[in-house]
Amino acid sequence: MHEVWFGIAVFLLTGYVVLDGFDFGAGALHLFVARSDPERRQVLAAIGPFWDGNEVWLVAAGGALFVGFPRVLSSGISGFYFAIFLVLWSLILRGISLEFRSRVHDAVWRQSWDFFFSCASALLPVFLGAALGNLVRGVPLNADGWFELDLFTDFTARAPVGILDWYTVLVGVFALAALAAHGGAFLAWKTDGAVQRRSRAAGLGLYSVVAALWPVLMIATTRVNAILLPAFASRPLAWILSAGALVGLAVVLHALRAERDFAAFLGSCTFLAGLSTATAVCLFPVMLRATGDPTLSLTAGNAGGDLAGLKTALTWFAVGMPLALFYFVVVHWLHRGKAVAAADGEGY
Amino acid sequence: MGDPVTLHRLQFAFTVIYHYLFPVLTMGLALLIVLMKAFGLRPGGERWNDAARFWIRIFGINFAVGVVTGIPMEFQFGTNWARFSRYAGNVIGQTLGMEGLFAFFLESSFLSLLVWGEKRLSRRGHFLAAVALFLGSWLSGYFITATNAFMQHPVGHAVGPDGALRLADFGAFLLNPWAIAQYAHNMVAAVVTASFVVAALGAFYLLQGRHREQASLFLRLGVACGLVSSVLVAFPTGDRQAKLVARHQPATLAAMEGRFRSGADAGLNIIGQPDVRDRRLDNAIAIPGALSFLAYGHFSSDVRGLDEFPEKDWPDQIALLYYAFHIMAGLGTILVGIMLLASLLAGAGRLERSRPMLWILMLSFPFPYIAVTAGWMTAELGRQPWVVHGLLRTADGTSPTVHGGTALFTLIGFCGLYLAIGILFLFLIAREIDRGPGPLPGAAGQVSHA
Repeated sequence: MHEVWFGIAVFLLTGYVVLDGFDFGAGALHLFVARSDPERRQVLAAIGPFWDGNEVWLVAAGGALFVGFPRVLSSGISGFYFAIFLVLWSLILRGISLEFRSRVHDAVWRQSWDFFFSCASALLPVFLGAALGNLVRGVPLNADGWFELDLFTDFTARAPVGILDWYTVLVGVFALAALAAHGGAFLAWKTDGAVQRRSRAAGLGLYSVVAALWPVLMIATTRVNAILLPAFASRPLAWILSAGALVGLAVVLHALRAERDFAAFLGSCTFLAGLSTATAVCLFPVMLRATGDPTLSLTAGNAGGDLAGLKTALTWFAVGMPLALFYFVVVHWLHRGKAVAAADGEGY
Repeated sequence: MGDPVTLHRLQFAFTVIYHYLFPVLTMGLALLIVLMKAFGLRPGGERWNDAARFWIRIFGINFAVGVVTGIPMEFQFGTNWARFSRYAGNVIGQTLGMEGLFAFFLESSFLSLLVWGEKRLSRRGHFLAAVALFLGSWLSGYFITATNAFMQHPVGHAVGPDGALRLADFGAFLLNPWAIAQYAHNMVAAVVTASFVVAALGAFYLLQGRHREQASLFLRLGVACGLVSSVLVAFPTGDRQAKLVARHQPATLAAMEGRFRSGADAGLNIIGQPDVRDRRLDNAIAIPGALSFLAYGHFSSDVRGLDEFPEKDWPDQIALLYYAFHIMAGLGTILVGIMLLASLLAGAGRLERSRPMLWILMLSFPFPYIAVTAGWMTAELGRQPWVVHGLLRTADGTSPTVHGGTALFTLIGFCGLYLAIGILFLFLIAREIDRGPGPLPGAAGQVSHA
């Protein structure tokens, strides 16, 4: 049962990365691929109907961790206190920017919000990447399963570690490049004209950076976590998922050149999903890795919630998740086709 | 002030009170918008559609602020109240997770179709989007109330081998009698809030002499819904809630009423200032026997005072709790009076010409917000000193690794950010009110899909 809930948490977090990832990426590229107000409204029209629903995946993942692994959620979120609030404040600023921007017809008002929106959208992937970096590198868990981390120490990835060090920042930069590239692929699919051309170019350029950074990141990972590579070698599921990521990357690079934008976006989704799930498979069953004594790590087994509660939760999850996917299909169907910039007072 | 427990409490109280100012309107307004859209489906209902279109714009701004200020709430259980999360996560995680899955996905999927999709959808489709938002927001209200109800009156749980709570009876937990009473009380209060806001804006436009036809609709709908809901807040929902407090949180009832000593024929204190040090209520004016009657149904019932409970189990903010309760109850009564008067005038066909009544309606819209805030303060201060009543003390629920300086940093951050959001929100709402209701832009060439 704990394995099932580990899987559900990974599913929801991967969904979050792929979905909110495209609107973070579109936001990070916003100032560069769209220059005039009508162009910017094309970008906003492309993500406007989806961003809020995409963010719910994070809340749902939080809920799954809450019920499935209360020890992981409580230790992790209180230990990363500062980083969590930076993420929350960026999410607030970003949501407000999107919702308030086009309600006033004034160039200064709109340019200010475009700036905040783009900055917050670029910062969030860095934070989320750094968070993943912390899970891979490990945190200084004590015997009661708690830890305290400064935002930064000396950036060495040796004890005492901080939330930000060379490794976690590297993962953050990789995440920014990957999600911005993903946003570029999304915009290439959902927009037309100059925005589409620039998004395609940005997606292609950034995915080349991603392809170059990926091996660097793999090597760096072996320096901070010695278990991950042997785990990978012994788990065929991780091979399949990594192969999927590789295929996705090849597809997106090829399809963006061939201007087959929907295929490129699907390739991009496959790459991100393959990478996230392969990492999770290698980490399993560890959820919060201890930097010191490995027996202090919080795992799906030793940190899981009570089984009866998890069985109950599985029942409502099995009802609720298909409903959520059904709404997802309806909304994307209703907003199918190219996004059109809204007239004033009529949309994002 | 540097005490981490106090700072964690202040931060949660500030962020949740601020957050709730927005959903309290959108939950109530969602119902009123469904009604307007339903009237709009009838032949000749175009003016109701125009009314709905205006209120959907107000709804959209409020909903956006509600969403962004709501995200930190779930996470603060983990950041600031980690020991509470570890202790109760297996139980309250159920309702928090269900809220995400059943309510947030529904609301977030159809929000932009409601706010911006009128041209994209048929009339019926747009009505259904309003229904989706109504269902989503009212479901969300239930799950979060059920979570709070578990903290107020824990049922359906057992203690696991590791000392943490585990779920023993899902049905009992989900259908906690406290949750049902509190939900009913809370949701009709949201309808009161929306009704007062809608009626107040109708009164404002009539006093200004603008948008007369729409203003008259706002006034009619606001007063009709306001009368029904403000009565329901007091009876039966508020009454039921009070009886549950009397039964399950007797020390809280004593503190709410400033009742330091036990005895029969308990009076209901209308005015007075609790002096906790000397254990008395100064300048008290009371209705004899009324508290006994409200709590237990007989004018002579014995109502226990604080003297029957050990001091360590008293709510720690007795004076504030007492005032919060009395402000809620007092304003609730005044709100019924205002709506009763307005309904009588409306029944006689004189409401729109009665300028004093229009002035009263226009100026009274802050009262339901204050009453709702005071009501939640009553519930949450009354729960103290427990985070899960009778099981886990608030002081034992905080995060062990977060110290006071860190908590103060984030509290100050929230104050700054929320101040800025509040100013921008008021600016945008004032613009929408100034613009007023109107027809669908470019509607002349619109093809009806219906």
